[in-house]
Amino acid sequence: MWRLLKQIARTGIVTEPAPALDDAHRVAVERIHADLLRILGRALTIREVDAGSCNGCELEIHALNNPYYNIEGLGIKFVASPRHADMLLVTGPVSRHMAEALRRTYDATPEPRLVVAVGDCGCNGGIFGESYASCGRVANVIPVDVTVAGCPPAPLEILRGILSAVTPLAR
Amino acid sequence: MPATTAEPAVNPIAELGVRLQRLPAPLPMWRAQVDREQWLAAAQAVAAAGGRLVSMWGVDRGAAGQGMLACAAFATPEGLTWLELPLGEAKVFPDLSSTFACAGRMQRAVADLSGLRAEGATDARPWLSHGLWTGPAPLQQSGTEPAGAPDALLPADYPFVRVEGDGVHEIAVGPVHAGIIEPGHFRFSVVGEKVLRLEQHLGYKHKGIERRFTELAPLDAHRLAGRVSGDCTVAFAWAYCMALESAWGCEVPLRAKWLRALMLERERVANHLGDLGALGNDVALAFGLAQFSRLREDWQRLSMSAFGHRFMMDGVVPGGVAVDPAPALMQQMIALCDAVERDVQALRTVYDEHAGLQDRFMSTGRVEPALAARLGLAGMAGRASGQAVDLRCGLGWSPYDLLEVKMATHANGDVAARVAVRFDEVLESLRLIRTLCTGAPRTPIRADLIAPAQATAGAGWVEGWRGEVLVALELSADGRITRCHCHDPSWQNWPVLEHAVIGNIVPDFPLINKSFNLSYSGHDL
Repeated sequence: MWRLLKQIARTGIVTEPAPALDDAHRVAVERIHADLLRILGRALTIREVDAGSCNGCELEIHALNNPYYNIEGLGIKFVASPRHADMLLVTGPVSRHMAEALRRTYDATPEPRLVVAVGDCGCNGGIFGESYASCGRVANVIPVDVTVAGCPPAPLEILRGILSAVTPLAR
Repeated sequence: MPATTAEPAVNPIAELGVRLQRLPAPLPMWRAQVDREQWLAAAQAVAAAGGRLVSMWGVDRGAAGQGMLACAAFATPEGLTWLELPLGEAKVFPDLSSTFACAGRMQRAVADLSGLRAEGATDARPWLSHGLWTGPAPLQQSGTEPAGAPDALLPADYPFVRVEGDGVHEIAVGPVHAGIIEPGHFRFSVVGEKVLRLEQHLGYKHKGIERRFTELAPLDAHRLAGRVSGDCTVAFAWAYCMALESAWGCEVPLRAKWLRALMLERERVANHLGDLGALGNDVALAFGLAQFSRLREDWQRLSMSAFGHRFMMDGVVPGGVAVDPAPALMQQMIALCDAVERDVQALRTVYDEHAGLQDRFMSTGRVEPALAARLGLAGMAGRASGQAVDLRCGLGWSPYDLLEVKMATHANGDVAARVAVRFDEVLESLRLIRTLCTGAPRTPIRADLIAPAQATAGAGWVEGWRGEVLVALELSADGRITRCHCHDPSWQNWPVLEHAVIGNIVPDFPLINKSFNLSYSGHDL
């Protein structure tokens, strides 16, 4: 146990003081955090749906939970069921085989619901495009509120996308 | 075919009288056409020599007047052998699943994608196709485009194997999973909490990658290869580029080879760091996730600085690499290796001494070495079950011939063994990265590729973090891709996961699954 505590103590809180290299980056993260807190009052639940990605976007969405971005610490939570979700975060070109599952997941999400399509594939089909097996962009299958470009988009870009989706709710 | 050198008869397939042609690739790889008898005899000879089946796929060479062919790639300690069986009108080939269990699903995929059937195979259910594509098999060159079925059509029912008996019930999971995970379906048959049987149904992510390759220019298609499975983008991009360079006769500059290996080892470390954290989290040690995900973030940020991308996507390009990191960044990479090594050592001690964690890891999801050998368990998971195979060792290809990679193996085959192998591989890769950063020869980083005026073929074979990835590439005389087959070791390992879970409790499935961390995208294509 003491080793564990020692490691925690040695690591410190990485979400706090900025290493010089990352100043601009960290300021941006903090501002987005503050905006999200104000608008949402510590309660946004997200259901992530991989509708056919290469899994690169999933790695970056996972990174949102690391101590640098720490979005769970703000009350933004990835939930296990669409029935618990305010927002669907959808990645991938929607494969033909996932289209029905995505539609059903969308239908199971209570209104008002937000949909953020993450990654170039979700925005426009990406390098996979549309084919016998790919329906292309997410908006071809369910209504999309916000798209986040990038292959894959960095965690900060995904945070920005989440923020731009919820901003209209504040008005 | 670009090469014609006959090899000494060390390869068990050569001893059958098959005339093997060596491909001009960095690793020892051969290619040959066989007849039906040789096809079966080769499989048996490879199995008898303790070799393995790497991949199976179908090719339509109708445009070249050769019709349909079934292909198989076998590996032995000597190298890789790519066999082609011309099929004529029959469109059936002899089943290999009675010799290599892992052939079963691959043959079902060949039926779905190329319309070729394995004669005598016991399981003829569709695998990658869910009944939502219309028209000819997608990889046949029939002149008719395959298309998607109308939205209203629902996926076909899949006939799962039912387990009967007192108190047996089914738990159906997926395709949309509870975490941030790729989609697939798992059907558990359980009594109480104990898993009697797991049956997987995959193919949900099939997005037509292999057909898409034929629409891309060969010099651009490395980008698609780098998106077969995002977590092994470097391995697949390298394998694709190796195949193209092999087909077109391009010698890659030495520094580019070193930088490719540098990226491949960085990718290995990034994935192992991520998984070691997630494995801690799966046994309720959130500390592990916080620590390892922090290390992974540091790692990815430096990849961004050094290679312009957090996963180093599109860093490996045909003829070499896209980026040559400045000396200062090389120094930063070495310094980060030192910092990460210190933390990983400390965290390993924490994991080793944590009774609750060890209680969950030890003996969970065990695959005995004998079972691993029989089912063809590949890569990192294979090494954790005593399968001492690592393409970086003993095959004499640059730069690994100079690095003396120490292979990590373990005999226990449980979650704890897969964790131990990951720790060992992280530490070994950190050592390799330091050498690669300091020793990379000063040469150009990219060579030009020139398409020869004839049809060509090549193969790329690379030890990704999960295991061996293979790309088999065919190009036409006018320089187009006619076939590009990509193979991820998840093909071998998904069926073994079904065995690893038997007798364990349902709540241990996420832990066992994560200890393998298989690719859905790389499998479904």
